[in-house]
Amino acid sequence: MKYVYDLHKSMREQNLILVYEGEFTQEITKSVLSMAERNMDSMGEESSIKRKVFNVMVECLQNIVKHGEGYKVDESVSYDAVFMIGKKNDEYIIASGNPLYNVDVEKLKCKLDQVNELDKDGLKQLYKEIIKSTTISEKGGAGLGFVDMARKSGRKLEYEFIPMDNERSFFALRTTIGRE
Amino acid sequence: MEILNLEGTEDTPKIILDKANGIFEISGRSLPEDSAEFYQPVLDWLETYAAEPNPSSEFVFKLEYFNTASSKLILDVLSKLEDISGAKIHWYFHEDDEDMEEAGQEFSELVEVDFEFSTY
Repeated sequence: MKYVYDLHKSMREQNLILVYEGEFTQEITKSVLSMAERNMDSMGEESSIKRKVFNVMVECLQNIVKHGEGYKVDESVSYDAVFMIGKKNDEYIIASGNPLYNVDVEKLKCKLDQVNELDKDGLKQLYKEIIKSTTISEKGGAGLGFVDMARKSGRKLEYEFIPMDNERSFFALRTTIGRE
Repeated sequence: MEILNLEGTEDTPKIILDKANGIFEISGRSLPEDSAEFYQPVLDWLETYAAEPNPSSEFVFKLEYFNTASSKLILDVLSKLEDISGAKIHWYFHEDDEDMEEAGQEFSELVEVDFEFSTY
């Protein structure tokens, strides 16, 4: 049973207030959001910070619902997506991870780098360009999620692709929201 | 013309489009699973209304939060209002919600409709 303690300890060390691993649906998204909202309410968080955190959580969770399908290696081994929220004194951390095909890595990396290269005004321009020209994809996205996450957080989006095997990598994404 | 009346939920906004009483309002939270499907009845209603609108129509947007997919659909809704003569948009935002104010400003730069901004 030591793993229970280890997990607890690791959550405390990483300042995590909520971790969810498993299947992601709209219903689960709503539950995670309301848990996080209640959590922030009970800590007496300022409404402007709460809104930003909520905003980034929604885009992150809906990305996973739309694109983060799990990876079933065989009957006993499968990898689902993971979502977590952490809180340090002066910032909230919203992180997620999900397996994806290696062939999709380059395109995703380009998108994230493009967003990370831009300043506040650049992001605003990009947002307006995309919203004017975009059509809602088959999966229901507008292609604006990362731009919005960067705008609302005011920070760079941190990411990493960790190789899993010949076919897949694990995509880890972290957004930080300051409480200044 | 039939009234379009949708009750708000935790992930969809409350919507009332009522020609006879001159009430046009979208309020609350918008983060539906399928935003295109959710907003289609609204776009259809406006399409019909545009053929025979009231002399003036004041559309109230009082949104607390919307996700990026809804943002695209809200732009589609606002674009429909360009075809309605006498249409005007009242964009409400919470007094400390700069992001919602900015979102309204950006929409106003993207469509040719009169915007008025107010806090609540």
